[in-house]
Amino acid sequence: MSIFLDRSSRVVVQGITGRMAQFHTKEMLDYGTNVVAGVVPGKGGETVMGIPVFNTMKEAVAATSCDTSLVFVPPPFAADSIMEAADGGIRYCVCITDGIPAQDMIRVKRYMLRYPRERRMVLTGPNCAGTISPGKALLGIMPGHIYLQGHVGIVSRSGTLGYEAAQQLKDRGIGVSTSVGIGGDPINGSSFRDILERFEADPDTHVVCMIGEIGGPQEAEAAEYIQNHMTKPVIAYIAGLTAPKGRTMGHAGAIISAFGESASEKVEILTAAGVTVAENPSVIGETVAKVMAKRAA
Amino acid sequence: MDIHEYQAKEILAKFGVTVPAGALAYSPEQAAYRARELGGDRWIVKAQVHAGGRGKAGGVKLCASESEIHEASEAMFGQKIVTHQTGPEGKGIYRVYVEQAVDFSREIYLGFVLDRSSQRVMIVASGEGGMEIEEISATRPDSIVRSSIEPAVGLQEFQAREIAFKLGIPAALTQQMVRTLQGCYRAFRDLDATMVEINPLVVTADNRILALDAKMTFDTNALFRHPQIAELRDKSQEDPREARAADRGLAYIGLSGNIGCIVNGAGLAMATMDTIKLAGGEPANFLDIGGGATPERVAKAFRLVMSDKNVQAVLVNIFAGINRCDWVAEGVVQALKAEPVDVPVIVRLSGTNVEEGQKILAQSGLPIIRANTLMEAAERAVIAWKNDRKHLMRAV
Repeated sequence: MSIFLDRSSRVVVQGITGRMAQFHTKEMLDYGTNVVAGVVPGKGGETVMGIPVFNTMKEAVAATSCDTSLVFVPPPFAADSIMEAADGGIRYCVCITDGIPAQDMIRVKRYMLRYPRERRMVLTGPNCAGTISPGKALLGIMPGHIYLQGHVGIVSRSGTLGYEAAQQLKDRGIGVSTSVGIGGDPINGSSFRDILERFEADPDTHVVCMIGEIGGPQEAEAAEYIQNHMTKPVIAYIAGLTAPKGRTMGHAGAIISAFGESASEKVEILTAAGVTVAENPSVIGETVAKVMAKRAA
Repeated sequence: MDIHEYQAKEILAKFGVTVPAGALAYSPEQAAYRARELGGDRWIVKAQVHAGGRGKAGGVKLCASESEIHEASEAMFGQKIVTHQTGPEGKGIYRVYVEQAVDFSREIYLGFVLDRSSQRVMIVASGEGGMEIEEISATRPDSIVRSSIEPAVGLQEFQAREIAFKLGIPAALTQQMVRTLQGCYRAFRDLDATMVEINPLVVTADNRILALDAKMTFDTNALFRHPQIAELRDKSQEDPREARAADRGLAYIGLSGNIGCIVNGAGLAMATMDTIKLAGGEPANFLDIGGGATPERVAKAFRLVMSDKNVQAVLVNIFAGINRCDWVAEGVVQALKAEPVDVPVIVRLSGTNVEEGQKILAQSGLPIIRANTLMEAAERAVIAWKNDRKHLMRAV
């Protein structure tokens, strides 16, 4: 098992004809991901690396039974593409696009509420590296070979910091069940809490490594969930202890500043919730290994 | 992106928010002349800078004559204003705004923000206007009224009325308050703002609701569809290095330390800064060169980091995934050969083909200090900065 993504996932790439999209589609195919369709309005009937391209998501779903989507559409049009995926019957969607206007994302989130929970698409991202279930499928832009197959669930706001964690685990021979990038935007598809719920329910995930950073309420919300509902151990690292207050560091940081949004407050809240916090990014792998050893004992 | 008070007032006025009569000036003479055009017998001269807290810093002056206006604005022009929002270097005053002074009986705080918990636009208001919101939430948290806006239908009248009543606005002014709130929300929504703040919004002696101050911040991701807002950018209010970096597609924030950082990814960049601090150093900057880390980007990044004269060591931390370490290492070597730097350079590579990357750095003939982990890199950077730079460079 893994979450969101496995060998049976049938993937459609929205915006497949773009240069970046083609490059990463090839990487995904090489990894063994079952990419069955592409969607680009006006390019229906073409093929990209043998993959059929459709004008609309509904056509792609009807023709290929795709259920999982990857959005590579430029920022002005990305929100529209996500909504088209949700309406077309896609179950899980990852949006890589960086730079989507915040109010477009507010509209996307509102739009998705139209669908009853059991038919509602799950979105992760935007502005993320994607999701990988090692050994099964890759949906995004991460380098697949830094992930070993195993039982650690990774959830990260940052792309490269998530890679850093995966590489440190690999160096210790520790594998990953699924790694999910939730992205750095202030309004995003899924929160830490949403992903933790999935990992808690996934029998293949034994421990969870959560990589957060300064700004936003999602780490504090996750702490509340971990304390009250989670049985699996959680290891966390929070970046941004030295970030000056009131500045946004690339990722749109603190917009409303409230208690629980600075890195040190997040560390404090997570520690109080029973999370093992790695004190610097070089010891993420080591900390996970220690927690796993303790769990095995 | 921030804009000036006078620009925010002009925008909000178009959406039905009432603002005092005012005029912009670029010189003391013009300020005095503008006051005469406006009429009245008392005026406020306000420095136009992209920062709050101007009043306490001497950027707002009440004047009762044209000569006082001349004097007050002369004292402002060309000066730097330093408030808790500007950083220690302050922001230059090149424009002042002259407004008719207004008598008022009540001050209200009104803000519209993106709320990350509800993932919606939220109104934050308080009857304790005049203070900064941080101060209000610390001293009078009970006075804060919050209301979140359903994006599909927008701000409803009943919600606006509820806020008006909770703030104790006189019943006769409820409709004016509703108009003000709806105007602010429409401006926020239609123009892709990320923040609208009116502090204070006042009830005047003659029973009008008036925005005495206004701040708006816009979503830079949405500027493509608002060229008229993009035009309002004022580079004189930006840190020149940050502005130059932004124009080149790099996210740079200058800090006060001595160890320059070049990193790919915002999260990893913050983690690098944290590790430098843990190792006993101080980062000179935040710099995210983006996922790619091409040789051109690395070269640009070195130029940018070295333009800070406080930088005494540079730490490069790149996670190369799709772009292999050997390729990134080539980029670093090329950049340093084309434009040598006179401070120690510490490079830590991680990811694909790390050994080949290390080999390229080692065989480059350049005095590059290599490190395996981020902690090791930070420790070496701190040693290089603190102690004997020559000794350390000989050691590698």
